[in-house]
Amino acid sequence: MPPENQPLTAQGAPKPIYLVAAHPNWRESRVNRRLLQAARQAGPVEVCDLFATYPDYHVDIPAEQARLSTAQLVVLLHPIQWYSMPALLKLWLDEVFAFGWAYGGGNALQGKDLWLVATTGGPEAAYHPQGYNRYFFDAFMPPYEQTANLCGMRFLPPLVLHGAHRVPEADVQAHIDVFADRLQTYPVWPELEDLEQCVACEVPTTDRPTPPATLHMEPT
Amino acid sequence: MEHTPTWLVNSFIYLSAAVIAVPLSQALGLGSIIGYLAAGIAIGPWGLGLVTNVEDILHFAEFGVVLMLFLIGLELEPKRLWNMRRPIFGTGSAQVLGCAVLLTAVAMAFGVGWRVAVVAGLGLALSSTAIALQVMGERNLLPTTSGQSAFSILLFQDVAAIPILALLPLLGVASMENSAVASTSPALEALKIIAVIVGIVLGGRLLLRPLFRWIARSNTPEIFTAAALLLVVGIAGLMQFVGLSMALGAFLAGVLLAESEYRRELETDIEPFKGLLLGLFFIAVGMSIDFGVLMASPGLMAAVVVGFLAIKGALIYALARQIGLPFQERPVFALLLAQGGEFAFVVFQAAAGAHVFPAETASLLIGAVAVSMLVSPLILVAIDRLLLPRYANCNATQLEEISEQQEAPIIIAGFGRYGQIVGRLLLAQGFSATVLDHDADMIEAVRSFGYRVFYGDATRLDLLRTAGAEKAKIIVVAVDDVEQSLEIVDLVQAHFPHLEIVARAKDVTHWNKLRDRGVMRVERELFESSLRSARSVLELLGHDPHTARQQAMRFRQHNLELFEKLHPHYKDRSKLIAVIKQGRQQLEEQMAQERAQQQKRQPHEWDH
Repeated sequence: MPPENQPLTAQGAPKPIYLVAAHPNWRESRVNRRLLQAARQAGPVEVCDLFATYPDYHVDIPAEQARLSTAQLVVLLHPIQWYSMPALLKLWLDEVFAFGWAYGGGNALQGKDLWLVATTGGPEAAYHPQGYNRYFFDAFMPPYEQTANLCGMRFLPPLVLHGAHRVPEADVQAHIDVFADRLQTYPVWPELEDLEQCVACEVPTTDRPTPPATLHMEPT
Repeated sequence: MEHTPTWLVNSFIYLSAAVIAVPLSQALGLGSIIGYLAAGIAIGPWGLGLVTNVEDILHFAEFGVVLMLFLIGLELEPKRLWNMRRPIFGTGSAQVLGCAVLLTAVAMAFGVGWRVAVVAGLGLALSSTAIALQVMGERNLLPTTSGQSAFSILLFQDVAAIPILALLPLLGVASMENSAVASTSPALEALKIIAVIVGIVLGGRLLLRPLFRWIARSNTPEIFTAAALLLVVGIAGLMQFVGLSMALGAFLAGVLLAESEYRRELETDIEPFKGLLLGLFFIAVGMSIDFGVLMASPGLMAAVVVGFLAIKGALIYALARQIGLPFQERPVFALLLAQGGEFAFVVFQAAAGAHVFPAETASLLIGAVAVSMLVSPLILVAIDRLLLPRYANCNATQLEEISEQQEAPIIIAGFGRYGQIVGRLLLAQGFSATVLDHDADMIEAVRSFGYRVFYGDATRLDLLRTAGAEKAKIIVVAVDDVEQSLEIVDLVQAHFPHLEIVARAKDVTHWNKLRDRGVMRVERELFESSLRSARSVLELLGHDPHTARQQAMRFRQHNLELFEKLHPHYKDRSKLIAVIKQGRQQLEEQMAQERAQQQKRQPHEWDH
C-alpha cells in the first residue's frame, strides 16, 4: 500500500523516487536530455544514468537492488527503440529484477509503482493499424506491464511524447512541465485515483529453475 | 698390456673410478662432487698411484670449467648481463677486495711476509666457479637472488683474475717464465686484449649465426657438435694467447650466442662434454691434493683451511646480509663462495714460478684450497641436515621447489603483476592452479598472503612435468622475460601439445613471435589498460562514458585487425611500414568521417 500524501523527504534521506534513464547518446538527444535535467532538479528523485554508470555493461546488481528497495516509485526514462527499451536497460531489468528477489519467492518490489516515461520518433498517427507501425502504441506495452505485475508493482499510465524529432518546442516544454510536476506531486496524481492496487502474481514453482539441494523435488 | 696405448688405460681408470665413486657418493647423500674428488684421491699419486701426470690432466680438465661458462653465457642475453653490471662490479669487487685485504692482514698478523700474504690473500679470495655453479645448478638456486648474486661475484672473479696474474711478476724476484702474461710492453698487451675482445664481439655478432646456419644446413648433427666445440676451443685459445681467462672468453661467446636460434642445440650438444670434463676436473683436483704436505704439517694445514674458510665465510655472510638475501639462503651462499677455487691453483703455481714464494708454500696453499673444496660439500650436507631444518622451525617459509606431482588443471608460469591477476581471478572462481615462479623474493611476498607458489623455472621440462603438464588443460605463460616466454611455449608445444596456451606478450614483436608459433590467445600486456586510460581522458574532455567506450572499442577492434593483417609481414620492414601507414590512414579517415557526421548532425533515429 503506498502511503497517502507522503511528505517530501529531506536531503540525505533515501529518496522515494528512483529514475533509471537509458539513452545511448545524450549529446544528440532532443527531449530525453531535458527530461533528465528536469528530473535532476526535482527534489526527491534519485537518478541513474545507465549508459554513464555502466558503459561496460556490467551492472552492479546489489547496489541497484538497494536503491530499488528504498524507492516507492521506479521511473524508466528512455527513447523507444525498435518498439522496446535500449539494450542496456533490458540487461538492467534482466539482472536486477532477479528471481528470488523481485519475483518467485522474493517480493522486494511488492506494492511499489513502475512508471514509463518514453519518447517515440514516429508521430502518434503512425501507431495505427493503417499507419506504418501497424499497431496502436498500447500494443507494445504488455511486456512492461506484465513485468510490473509479476513483481507485484502497479504499472502507472505511461507518459509518452510521440514524434519527438519534430514536435513543436511548445509541446516539448509542456511535456517536460507535466513530467516535472508529476515527480514533485507523487503520489497525488489525478490519473491514480481510480487505479487498482496490484495483486501479487503467484508463480508455480514448477515453472521455475529447480533450486539446488532439494531432494524431494522432481527434476524438470 | 704393452700394446695398449696409455690414453686408453688412463681413460679406463678415470671412467671406472668415476662410475664407482659417484653413484656411491650420491647414494650416501654427499653429492656428485665429493664422489669425483674421492675418485681422484683414490687413483692419484697418494691413493693407488694409478695416475701420475696430474698437471696435464688438470690443464685438460680445466676445459670443463670453460665449457660450463660457455653454457652459462648461453643462458644470459647481453641485455640481462648489462642489467647485472651493478651486482657484478659492486658485490663482486666488495667480495674479492674485502676477502683479499682481510686474509692478507690476518696472514701478516701471523708473521707471514707481506708479499706472500698478498698473493695468498688474493688467491684464496677467489672461489670455485665449477663447484659453486654445479651445486647451485643441482639445487636450482641459479634463478634465485642468491644464485644471481653468487654468479655475479664469480663472474667478477673471472675478470679480476687477470690483473691478479699481471701483478705477480711485480711481486716476484725473478721474471716469470711460463706465466700467462708475457712481459712485453703493457701498451701492446692492452691493445692485443682489446683487439681480441672486439674481434670476438664483432665476430660473434656478424659471423657466427650465418656460419651456424650454413653448418646446420649440411644436416650432419655431429658436424654441428664439432663446430660448437671448435668455437669454444678457438675462443679459449685466443684468450689464452693474449693472457686472459679462457673461461671468460667462453662466457663471452656464450652471451653472444644467447640470442641466436641455435642456442638450444648448442646447449644440448655441449652439455655432455661439459659434464664429463667437469667430472674429470674434480678428479684432477682430488689427485692434486698433496698429502705429503698434509702429513708433514697437518696442524698448519688445518689452521690455514679453517682460518681462510672462517674469515671468508664470515665476510661473505655479512655481505649477503648487506645485499638483502633471505637469511635461510645465506649459509649456502657464504659456504659456496668461501671455499678456494680452481683459479687459486693457477695463481699459486704462477707465484711459485715467479719466485714470490717457495714451492712448498705453493703446495701448502694448493693443498689448502683442494681440502677446502673437499670439505665444503661435506659442510653443505651438514648445513642441510642440521641448520636448515632449524630455520624451517622458526616460521620462515622454506622455498620448496615442486617435488610431489601436482594435478591442477591450470599451470601459471610467472606470478608477477600479470600472473597474479589471472591467478587470483581463477582462485576466486574456485579453480586450483599450480603456480611457478623463480623470483624468491616475490614468492616470499606472495606466500605471506597464503598462495601456494612453487619455486621453479618453467623453462625446465622436468619441472613442467612435475607441475602436472601431462594432465593439465591450460598453461598461462605470464613471465615477463620475452626469451623465457618463447622458450616455455616451445617446450610446451613440443612435449605437451594438448595444453592450451594463454600468453602474455610484452610488445608487438613478442606478440608476433607468439603468433608465429600458433599461439592464438595472446594479450599485449599494456594494450587494454592503455585503452582504459584513453577512455578516462575522453571522459574528462566531456565525452560521456558510453561514447568514450564506443570510440575506444572501435579503435581497439581496428588495432587488432591491423595486427592480424600485419602479422605475415612483420619481418619485412618496408611492407610493414606501408601497411601501418595505410591502416593509420584508414582509421583516421573513419574517425574523421564520424566527426564530420556529428558536425553535420546527421540525425539519428533515436536522437529524441
